[in-house]
Amino acid sequence: MEILVCVKRVPDTSENEIEVNSDGTDIERDDLVYSVNEWDNYAVEEAIQIKDKVGGSVTVVTVGDEESEEVLRREMAMGADNGILLEDDAFEGSDGKGIAAILKAAVEKGNYDLILTGAQADDGAAQVGGMLAAMLDLPYASLVNFIDVSDDKKLKVGREIEGGNQEMNEIELPCVLSIQTGINEPRYVGIRGIRKVASVEIPTHGASDLGLGADAVGAGAAKVKRLDYFVPELGEGAEMLEGSTEEKVAKLIELLKAKGGIK
Amino acid sequence: MAQFFAYIVHKNGAADDSALELINAAKKIDPSAAVTAIVTGSGADLDKVADEVAASYPEVWKISNDALAYPNAEVVRKALLNNLPSDAVILMPHDTFGMDLAPGLSIKLDSAFVSDVADFEGVDGTDIKVIRQEFSGQVSTHVKVDMSGGAVITVRPGVFQPDESKSAGGSVTDKDAGDVSAKRKYLEVLVAEVGDVDITKSEVLVSVGRGIEDQDNLEIIHELAEAMGADVACSRPIVDAKWLEKSRQVGTSGLTVKPKVYLALGISGSFQHMGGIKGNPFIIAINKNPKAPIFQLADVGIEEDILEFVPELTEAINEAK
Ligand SMILES: Cc1cc2nc3c(=O)[nH]c(=O)nc-3n(C[C@H](O)[C@H](O)[C@H](O)COP(=O)(O)OP(=O)(O)OC[C@H]3O[C@@H](n4cnc5c(N)ncnc54)[C@H](O)[C@@H]3O)c2cc1C
Repeated sequence: MEILVCVKRVPDTSENEIEVNSDGTDIERDDLVYSVNEWDNYAVEEAIQIKDKVGGSVTVVTVGDEESEEVLRREMAMGADNGILLEDDAFEGSDGKGIAAILKAAVEKGNYDLILTGAQADDGAAQVGGMLAAMLDLPYASLVNFIDVSDDKKLKVGREIEGGNQEMNEIELPCVLSIQTGINEPRYVGIRGIRKVASVEIPTHGASDLGLGADAVGAGAAKVKRLDYFVPELGEGAEMLEGSTEEKVAKLIELLKAKGGIK
Repeated sequence: MAQFFAYIVHKNGAADDSALELINAAKKIDPSAAVTAIVTGSGADLDKVADEVAASYPEVWKISNDALAYPNAEVVRKALLNNLPSDAVILMPHDTFGMDLAPGLSIKLDSAFVSDVADFEGVDGTDIKVIRQEFSGQVSTHVKVDMSGGAVITVRPGVFQPDESKSAGGSVTDKDAGDVSAKRKYLEVLVAEVGDVDITKSEVLVSVGRGIEDQDNLEIIHELAEAMGADVACSRPIVDAKWLEKSRQVGTSGLTVKPKVYLALGISGSFQHMGGIKGNPFIIAINKNPKAPIFQLADVGIEEDILEFVPELTEAINEAK
């Protein structure tokens, strides 16, 4: 099976305190720790496991800049065979639909049976997979936490729905799936693995290679535009306990007792 | 202004809470909006929901078809495309169904798409200004959406007040689903397994998140819970890592709990997590990041490293016994 996985380089929110810059145009990007979007990493692991079962290849693709290469290499160190970087100044300011249009052009340059994305990334929009599928006129399922590849015409997939229940579907190939965390246990990637793929060539495609005009991508085509970043006014907010650790412990125990939190 | 629609999620003949929230969401965009509800499905359950919703919406479109008996987003999309005007502004909840349906629907309608909207801040011509969050809720953004060619909007569940007035006295109109053939077929829902401890019944929960960093560190959480006489719950990453059973997960894709006291340890406070906490418990959050969103939602906050603070707390509780 030929599998394409769409990945994104994002600030790691569990490692960083995200702060807004002084004029609210962006977050403070200096000193941020970046990594591959958590959901995408599960998608790549799933693709590799499928390849190990039924053969084929795994290609990882990202819309980004030079620095995004590190994410492609990390996923190649995991076991993806190829990486593709989609980079062009003309892509700047694309909304979700623009990103999906860029990826669509890349999909059409290949011959993929299965296209995976993460369920969502750092902007929490959860949009690119579903948009890409609709643009390609392929069937789609989101929040996939189980894939059975025993048939080569269709897959059996589980979607995680409310309450942790699992909605089972049959979906025809080729198709697009967005992957939910927890579907597998992504393998560990060491420095040595990354070194091994350090010199593998990663082809870069720009707007003209992909046949994309300014009407389809970039700020000009975007119907959705981010105006600023801000930190919301705290509503009531929590009452913060202050003092030394012992004092906080003592206050907390008192509160717990009062509220029935200690039996 | 374009025509407004609300897609009604329903189950077992009853509308989801979002059905009434979407009315106030649409009114926040346009106070004079007459919103049309769309219900899809089949049989008696559908009739029941259509009637229920007509109390709150002036007009209800009922799309009945056996293929819609279960809301398979690929099938629902076709039924909607066969009925919606191309400049429709359609709202639906940002839940696992909305996430499945909405992005692709916007492409097929060639309309703007914005998801997980937490608030609307007015209209300027054909642009709407919305507020949404990024980076796991750590920062918010204003986003301008050009809805001149229609818009598909998913709304964060639980943030808009439900419109309980039920005074619309609306009418129900039958609509034809049209061709709804799809390349994805719904098979069945497998219900989540029940665990050894039923956290939905617990009065006191010690809930642990990614801040615990390592599986071995979970020991200090179990010790604290034991000292308090509480049960252990967790956020999703702990279950994804297979450190605790799924039956311990609190949140929209886990369990809904209603304890008296909820102690959140190393949990950032994502809406999917907080969405599983009901009944207005006393929430205490311990987090080393003073900007963690959970400090906006908790009653009491403590800025501390849980790996150091929790053992001290446990010791002090045990000593006091
Ligand atoms: C469709 C969908 C459904 C979902 N359903 C759920 C659900 O049901 N339940 C759920 O929980 N999530 C759910 N999620 C995931 C959710 O979006 C968040 O990713 C998740 O809740 C984050 O968990 P967390 O707070 O433990 O981790 P993080 O967001 O990574 O937060 C970890 C926190 O720990 C703090 N921390 C780190 N180290 C320490 C330390 N030593 N001491 C103190 N604090 C520390 C950090 O400052 C941070 O605030 C869902 C997501 C999707 C897309």
